[in-house]
Amino acid sequence: MMRFLLLFSRQGKLRLQKWFTPLPERERRKIVRDMTMMVLARSPRCCSVIHWRDLKIVYKRYASLYFCSALEDPDNELLALEVMHRYVELLDKYFGNVCELDIIFNFEKAYFILDEFLLGGEVQETSKLLVVKSTEESDLLQETMEEYMRKPAF
Amino acid sequence: MPAPIRLRELIRTIRTARTQAEEREMIQKECAAIRSSFREEDNTYRCRNVAKLLYMHMLGYPAHFGQLECLKLIASQKFTDKRIGYLGAMLLLDERQDVHLLMTNCIKNDLNHSTQYVQGVALCTLGCMGSAEMCRDLAGEVEKLLKTSNSYLRKKAALCAVHVIRKVPELMEMFLPATKNLLNEKNHGVLHTSVVLLTEMCERSPDMLAHFRKLVPQLVRILKNLIMSGYSPEHDVSGISDPFLQVRILRLLRILGKGDDDSSEAMNDILAQVATNTETSKNVGNAILYETVLTIMDIKSESGLRVLAINILGRFLLNNDKNIRYVALTSLLKTVQTDHNAVQRHRSTIVDCLKDLDVSIKRRAMELSFALVNGNNVRGMMKELLHFLDMCDPEFKADCASGIFLAAEKYAPSKRWHIDTIMKVLTTAGSYVRDDSVPNLIQLITNSVEMHSYTVQRLYKAVLDDISQQPLVQVASWCMGEYGDLLVSGQCEEEEPIHVTEDEVLDVLEGVLVSNLSSPITRGYALTAIMKLSTRFSSVNRIKRVVSIYGSSIDVELQQRAVEYNALFKKYDHMRSALLERMPIMEKTTTNGPTEILHTNGEAEPSVRDSKHPPNIPQPSSQANDLLDLLGGNDVVPVIQTELPTKPASSGGELLDLLGDLSLSGVPAPAAPISVSQPTFLLDGISSQPLFNDVAGAIPPMTAYNKNGLKIDFTFERSNSNPNVSVITIHASNLTEVDMADFVFQAAVPKTFQLQLLSPSSNVVPGLNKGTVTQVIKVLNPQKQQLRMRIKLTYTHKGSSVQDLAEVNNFPTQSWQ
Repeated sequence: MMRFLLLFSRQGKLRLQKWFTPLPERERRKIVRDMTMMVLARSPRCCSVIHWRDLKIVYKRYASLYFCSALEDPDNELLALEVMHRYVELLDKYFGNVCELDIIFNFEKAYFILDEFLLGGEVQETSKLLVVKSTEESDLLQETMEEYMRKPAF
Repeated sequence: MPAPIRLRELIRTIRTARTQAEEREMIQKECAAIRSSFREEDNTYRCRNVAKLLYMHMLGYPAHFGQLECLKLIASQKFTDKRIGYLGAMLLLDERQDVHLLMTNCIKNDLNHSTQYVQGVALCTLGCMGSAEMCRDLAGEVEKLLKTSNSYLRKKAALCAVHVIRKVPELMEMFLPATKNLLNEKNHGVLHTSVVLLTEMCERSPDMLAHFRKLVPQLVRILKNLIMSGYSPEHDVSGISDPFLQVRILRLLRILGKGDDDSSEAMNDILAQVATNTETSKNVGNAILYETVLTIMDIKSESGLRVLAINILGRFLLNNDKNIRYVALTSLLKTVQTDHNAVQRHRSTIVDCLKDLDVSIKRRAMELSFALVNGNNVRGMMKELLHFLDMCDPEFKADCASGIFLAAEKYAPSKRWHIDTIMKVLTTAGSYVRDDSVPNLIQLITNSVEMHSYTVQRLYKAVLDDISQQPLVQVASWCMGEYGDLLVSGQCEEEEPIHVTEDEVLDVLEGVLVSNLSSPITRGYALTAIMKLSTRFSSVNRIKRVVSIYGSSIDVELQQRAVEYNALFKKYDHMRSALLERMPIMEKTTTNGPTEILHTNGEAEPSVRDSKHPPNIPQPSSQANDLLDLLGGNDVVPVIQTELPTKPASSGGELLDLLGDLSLSGVPAPAAPISVSQPTFLLDGISSQPLFNDVAGAIPPMTAYNKNGLKIDFTFERSNSNPNVSVITIHASNLTEVDMADFVFQAAVPKTFQLQLLSPSSNVVPGLNKGTVTQVIKVLNPQKQQLRMRIKLTYTHKGSSVQDLAEVNNFPTQSWQ
C-alpha cells in the first residue's frame, strides 16, 4: 500500500499531497520537508529508490515536478514507477498536454483525478479511459459551470 | 457584501507576491475575509471559500477553522459542494478530532445516494481516512455495495473494505460471503481491487488463506488470459496488458503458494511462462519479472525454476537501468542464504557493482559480497573488498572493515595472509574500525605464535608513518610492548628484517604518549607497553623515567597506571619479570569477533548492531593490575586461579611452576586447577580462635632451610577449632654480617592443601643473628595428606639480589595428621 504521494517543484514548493494514513498536521509538514530535502539532493544519476525509516521512497521527475511516493516493504518499486507514470498520463489526457501550471491552478481537479485512480493507497482502476471518463462525468454533474471550466484562462 | 474573489483569481494574486512577507499579508487578508464569510453562514460561496482555504493550506498556512465548513459542505445537496467538502475533509480532518465523527451520518446517507458519483466520493473518503469507529458504523454499507452489480461502485467498495479490515481486523469475516464471485468479473478494475482484497485477507488470517487456496487455478487462468490476450488499448502499457493486475495476481499467488506443494505445482507453468515471455526492454516488463522472481523464490518451486529466477536477477544486474540493478541486488540478498551456489555464479557482476556511483547500489553490493565470501574465493574477494574499503565513502568504512575482519577470521587461508589483511584494513581505514575489534585482533595476533616477529615488524613500520588512526596505534603499541624483544633482535623469517634499536622503539611509544592525536585509551596502551619493555629491554632507566613522569599525569587512568608501575619498580622489583612475562595463548570461546553486518534495508539509518557478549579477552594492562591487586598489601602467595592453557610453560612463569611438580594426583597439568589462596578475611574466623593447644604444642619445630647464612625454622601449632588446620610460624635468621633486606618468603603447597600467609614481622633480617623475621602460615589439610611445601626466598644481600628455591619435606607427622 502506498502511504503517501507528494508532488513538489524543483524549488521545493508543494503542489499536491495525498495521505493514505492518519497523521497529525505537524508530522505531515515535517515529512514533506524531509522528502523535499532528500529527493532534491539526489543527483540525476542515482537510482529512484531511497530507504527512509521503514519505507521505500520511490520518486520520479517529470519536467519541473517531482512525484514522490512512499511504499511499504512488500510493495513493488518498479511497479510504483509505473503507477506514477500512469497518473501523469491521466493528467495529460484530462488537461491536454499537462504542465505544472495546470496543476497549480486546478489543484482540486488533480485531486479528483487521483481519487478516481487510487483509493486507500491502492490502484482502483487500471483502465486509462475509464478514470478520465468518470472524472469528466462527475464534472458534468457540477451545478455551476463557470466556476469549474475545464481549461480556464490564466 | 461583494462576492468573494474566485479561486483562480486568488491563486494568480498570490503568485504575484515577490516576497514571503507579501504573500503572508495577502493570505492573512483573504483568510480574514473567509472567516467573516463563514461567520455569516454564507451558503452560496462556502464552496469557493473552502477551495481557497485548501489552496492556502497547501502553501503551509493554518486552515483548521475550515474544518466545520467542510462538514457543512458534505451535508449540502449540491454535488459541487460535496466534492469540495469531502476533499477538504480528507485534507484537513483526521481521526484525532472528534468532529470527524459528525461525518459518519453524512457518509452513510451518501453511500445510499441515487447518484453513483456521490456514492463514489463517499466511498473514497471512507476508504482514505475513515477512523475505526466510522469503519465499524459503516462496514455494513460497504459490504452491501461490495455485492452490487455496478462495477464502478464495486471496485471502490472492495478497496474500502480493505481499509476497514486494516482498521478493524475483526470485521474481516463480514466480507467473506461477498468475495464469492469477485474473480468472475470481467471488469479489470473490479478484478484488481478484488485481488487486493483477497491478498489483505489472506495475509491477515491463516484460515482465510487456506480457504482461498482453491482460487489458485482461477487466478492462474486470469493471468494466462492477460498474457495471451491480444492488444487492448485501454489496459496496454508498452505492449503488456494490464501490468498492475498481473503484478497483483503474482503477489497473491506468492502468498497462496508459500509452503503448499499443490498450489506451488499448479502455478509452476504460468510462472515459467511469465518469466520467459515477458518483454524486458521497458521498466514495466521488468516490474512483472521482478514480482515473478519474488514469487518463484518464495513458493515451493522446482529447482529449474529457481535457477531461472536467479538468472533473471543476474540479467537484471547487467541492465543499464539503475533501478533494476538495485532491485536485483535487494532480491539476491534475500535469496543468498537459500540458493547460495546459484548466486555465486553472479559473483563477478556483483563485485563490479561495488564500483557503481549510486550509494544505494554500493551498499547492497557490499552486503551481498560479504554474504558470498567462502573458502574458495576468499583471496580474490578480499582483494576487491579491500580496494572498495579504500575508495568508498566514510559511511561505509566501519561496516566494510567489520565485514572484512569477520570474513578473514572465518576463511583465512593462512595466518600470514590473515595478519596481512588485518594490517591492510588498519592502515587503510584505521580510524573507522570499531572499538571492539582491537581486543579481537590482539587475541588473533597472540595466537599466531610463529607470526609474532613478522607482525610486530609490520606494525612498527606502519606506526612510524602515521599515529593518527587509534585502533592501529593501539594494536601496534600492544604488540611492541609484548614482542619488542623480537623486533629489536631483528629476526624475522617472513620478511627482510629491519634494524631497530631499543631507543627507536621507545621513541615511537613515547611519541604516542605525548601526541595530541592519541586518545586516552591509546595512551594507556602505550604506557603499559613501555612498562612491559622494562623486562625485555635493557634500557630500564629510560623506562623508569617515563613511568615516573606519568605518575603525576592529569589523566587519572594514566596516573594510576604509572603509580602502580612505579611501585613495581620500587617495592616489587623481584616480581616484575614474572608479572610482565609473555602473554599466554588466549582461549577462544565463541566468535567474539567483530559483529555481523545484518542484512537490513537500512540505508539512511545505520544497521542494527547486535553486539554479542563482550570479548572475554581481558585488557592486557588490566591483567597486570589484577596481578598487582592480588599481591596488594598482603604477601599472600600469588597463586592465580586460571584454567590452565595448553602451554603451561608460557603462562605466568615461575610462580605456577612451583606447583606444577607438586601435583600429587599425577594428573597432567592442563587439567588441574591450581589451588587458590584464600583472601585474608576468610580465615579470620579461625584466626580469632585460640590457636594454641597445649597438648598440640608438643609438636617439635624443624629447620626448613639453611643456606648462605639464612636459616629458616618452622614451629607448629594445631588449631583447636579446626583439626584440619596447621599453623606454622617461620623464623628467619641471618648469620652473616650484612643484613638481608627486602626479604620475601613465599610458599606453595600441593593442590589438596590450602595455604595462607599472614604478614611478616619485617622485611629485613638483621645480620649476626640480631633478630628474626617471623611470619605465620596457615595450612588447611582436609584430606590429611602428608604435608609438603616448596618455598621461595628472595632478598637483597650485599647489594645483589638473591633468589632461592627449596623443598621442605620433613614435616613432623603431628603437624599435619
